[in-house]
Amino acid sequence: MVPFKILVLVCLAYVIFLFLVAFVVENRARQGRARWLRAPIVYTLSLSIYCTAWTFYGAVGYAARSGLEFLTIYLGPTLVFVGWWWVLRKLVRIGKAQRVTSIADLISSRYGKSNLLGVIVTLLAVAGTTPYIALQLQSISLSFAVFAAETRPGWALPGRDATALWVAGGLVIFTILFGTRNLDANEQHHGIVTAIAVEAVVKLVALLAVGIFVVWVLADGPRGVFDLIEATDVAEWRLQPGRWAGLTFLSAAAILCLPRMFQVMVVENADERHLATASWAFPLYLALMSLFVVPIAVVGLLTMPEGSNPDLFVLTLPLSAGRGDLAMLAFLGGFSSATSMVIVAAIALATMVSNHIVVPLWLRMARVAGEVAPAAGYAGDVRRLVLRARRASIAGVLALGYAYFHFTGGSSALAAIGLIAFVGVAQALPALIGGIFWRGASRNGAAVGLCLGFGIWIYALFLPSFGPDGVIPADVMINGPFGIGWLRPQALFGSEGMDPLLHALFWSLLLNSGAFCLVSIFSFPTPLERLQGAQFVNVFDRAGGTRGWAHGVAEAEDLLVMAQRILGGDAAQGFFHAEAAAQGKAGFLPDTTPEFIEALERRLSASVGAATAHAMVGQIVGGSMISVEDLMAVANETAQIMEYSSRLEAKSEELIRTARQLREANEKLTKLSVQKDAFLSQISHELRTPMTSIRAFSEILRDGADLPLADRHKYAGIIQEEAIRLTRLLDDLLDLSVLENGQVTLHSTSANLHDLIDSALRSAGATAAGRDFAILRDPASEHVGLTTDTDRLTQVFINLVSNARKYCDAAHPELRIRVTERGADVEVDFIDNGSGIGKENQALIFEKFARLTDQTRAGGAGLGLAICREVMSKLGGTIAYLPGQGGAAFRVRLPRRRILPRGGSVAPGAHGAGQGPVAAQG
Amino acid sequence: MARGAQFLERQTYRRRRMIDGARLLPVIGAIAFVMPILWRTDTTPGASTAHGGLYLFAIWFGLILAAFALSRRLRNVAGDGRVED
Repeated sequence: MVPFKILVLVCLAYVIFLFLVAFVVENRARQGRARWLRAPIVYTLSLSIYCTAWTFYGAVGYAARSGLEFLTIYLGPTLVFVGWWWVLRKLVRIGKAQRVTSIADLISSRYGKSNLLGVIVTLLAVAGTTPYIALQLQSISLSFAVFAAETRPGWALPGRDATALWVAGGLVIFTILFGTRNLDANEQHHGIVTAIAVEAVVKLVALLAVGIFVVWVLADGPRGVFDLIEATDVAEWRLQPGRWAGLTFLSAAAILCLPRMFQVMVVENADERHLATASWAFPLYLALMSLFVVPIAVVGLLTMPEGSNPDLFVLTLPLSAGRGDLAMLAFLGGFSSATSMVIVAAIALATMVSNHIVVPLWLRMARVAGEVAPAAGYAGDVRRLVLRARRASIAGVLALGYAYFHFTGGSSALAAIGLIAFVGVAQALPALIGGIFWRGASRNGAAVGLCLGFGIWIYALFLPSFGPDGVIPADVMINGPFGIGWLRPQALFGSEGMDPLLHALFWSLLLNSGAFCLVSIFSFPTPLERLQGAQFVNVFDRAGGTRGWAHGVAEAEDLLVMAQRILGGDAAQGFFHAEAAAQGKAGFLPDTTPEFIEALERRLSASVGAATAHAMVGQIVGGSMISVEDLMAVANETAQIMEYSSRLEAKSEELIRTARQLREANEKLTKLSVQKDAFLSQISHELRTPMTSIRAFSEILRDGADLPLADRHKYAGIIQEEAIRLTRLLDDLLDLSVLENGQVTLHSTSANLHDLIDSALRSAGATAAGRDFAILRDPASEHVGLTTDTDRLTQVFINLVSNARKYCDAAHPELRIRVTERGADVEVDFIDNGSGIGKENQALIFEKFARLTDQTRAGGAGLGLAICREVMSKLGGTIAYLPGQGGAAFRVRLPRRRILPRGGSVAPGAHGAGQGPVAAQG
Repeated sequence: MARGAQFLERQTYRRRRMIDGARLLPVIGAIAFVMPILWRTDTTPGASTAHGGLYLFAIWFGLILAAFALSRRLRNVAGDGRVED
């Protein structure tokens, strides 16, 4: 028999031991020396807070009352963990990527960081967890009472309430000490997690010890137990299909939604790979925890006196068999189950309450009061505020639990309270699962669904749980509110005869998810919601290579690989080598200390910009998703780079353009050079022909003194004629070169076109008497006023008329002159009735020396039309050959009024030469 | 990982089938756990708690073993998460 005094002492010693464990671990973790803390087994053991005192004591009671149904509470979580690839893996990844701090944070963050949803989920969690905490307090005080009942008088047993109060107070201190030491960015509490892992071992060992004792000492081994089971009331398995499937589903939903489970499963997860281990190890833990439940229940039912509480068989069986030590172990197991659950639940709830209710309220009040501190002091202020809020919340949560325990007085069946709490927290399931798998899930949908489910849970399950006439009057329970039958709390919509728990579960989740889906479909999410939705649902598509927060060699290697890609092999290796040497290590892989990471990031940012470097290093080291801010910074840098590169591009395009221009200029020059050569050879030819005849005849004159006078006259005439030709040729050349070089001054005067044509015809000798050359004109149309350089224009006309006279090969040559006005321009056509110019030659006639027929007949140097073209372009008009007119036809087109630009510098000689009519004359 | 590639490396192929297995496991488990509902027909005598318990624990440990085998192969895949299909 264990005296109560010793029990209390052992209990205190155990608590001090837990304090020490948490303290030492916390310190070692701060020094970064606790690698084993991150072992998957610690993670798995910390998950065991799912098994609360309700499991430890209540499962046996449950089994004693309803047989195997208690197993459903473990089968659901088993399925969830075995199916970790579906949901848990994604939850943990999202938790890491988004740095989620609680389930309320996850849901609020998913739906556009909506604080409304955070508040709803927080309230839901508080409502669902408070009874649960009360349950733990109740189980501790009950177990104390078991020992106290056996104690000798003199050790006054404190009242049950007092026990619960002491325990609650102790838990508050422990939780505040280790749960709010610091505001970790990732909200991880190594000390507490380790203490919980220790407690997990204690409770498993305790339950297994009691089980083994019961099976092999009290009964005759497994075979004997099997026979005993067959012999008792629970032998027949009264399986209720609805409850069996419903409770399995409920427990599966609960393990995802319970705030404390979310805390250890997602928030405290150090490495995703731990989940792989937990996928089999946690179900194994659950199986071991429930392995001996039925034997204990059966043996208890058979050996314990009638009317003893089956919830306490774990304690009373060893006690009645005189094994005080075993009972003590069992007590510590139950104590561990209760305390670990309360601690984690308090931390999870306190995080939620402070983050979603207290801080937002405080900020709003501060804003309203206009007291928002300057930015510098602001951060520190909020930090202290959050810590204080969290501490107050922990105390508040436990106070609520105690109050619930105090006022309900402790219901008889532990399991009922647990299941009610499960249904409450399961209301978060649609929003949670929808949020991580369905991009269309919207904030409004989640809010409506949550509120509806929450309301139904309160109305149909939570309030009726206070008993008939507890909160809801018995009349309402039987007849419905205001006599509306289909609103009866336990028979909604006429669904009578359902198990109350199943009834509430069915209707709340059905309407919850129904409203969630429908409102989501018909509402339109905000941009932030859609952004977050995409990040949550597609969490695996981005941020590959997430390694969690664990710092290890693998990371250093990854960093090296990345750095090599950016900096180049030699530079990166040199940098890593130097850093490793600075840390006192050999080789190329330094420890990934914050200093090193910072240095690396700085080094990289020199190459790729700060934001990109941060994101890249963060992906490997932090395992975190790039935040929107990071992305925006990257976008800014990218924009700058793009701007720079587009400037470069513009420059290079300009260079290409210049090069092309240069190439074109070069080609042109080459062509011009060829043209010049051709021109020179043409000129020399043109000059030599008259010179040859001049030389020949002058030689004849010189040598032939005996020549008749007539011949001398004839030869001298030829020499003179050739000399005139030469002079004319040189004049033409001079004129053309003046025109081409633009060194010509045009004199703008006004004249009548009719007069100009008259004068041209006169000059060309076309009107001379005795010439058989008909000129056809329409004088009426010729009276057009012109403002241009009339002398030059006349020169063109003369040239065209004399060409016609010279080349027209018709029997009765005639020249038609036609004048047409075209808008601001005037066209003058010169059309003869000769054979015209062949198509192949039409393009050539305006070139220099392009004489089509032989020289003797033409008698010109072939520069006339080239000069015409130059003149016309100077006058702002054109001259073109007009095909299809029944003879050679030229069209001169020029503007009627033209302000002539002044030419450039005028060469002294050129001026005079340009003045006279230079057209070829016969 | 080249998406849409029709033929994969043998190792990658096996890994993907392992993932399929991991996805299938909870479905199999759920069916097996709910199976006792079907036992309660009038033609068969009511199943006993002892036998039911043995059945459930057998399934349970079977699932644990299967999950153990799968998790050893998927442990490292879980870390990088790029293999989705």
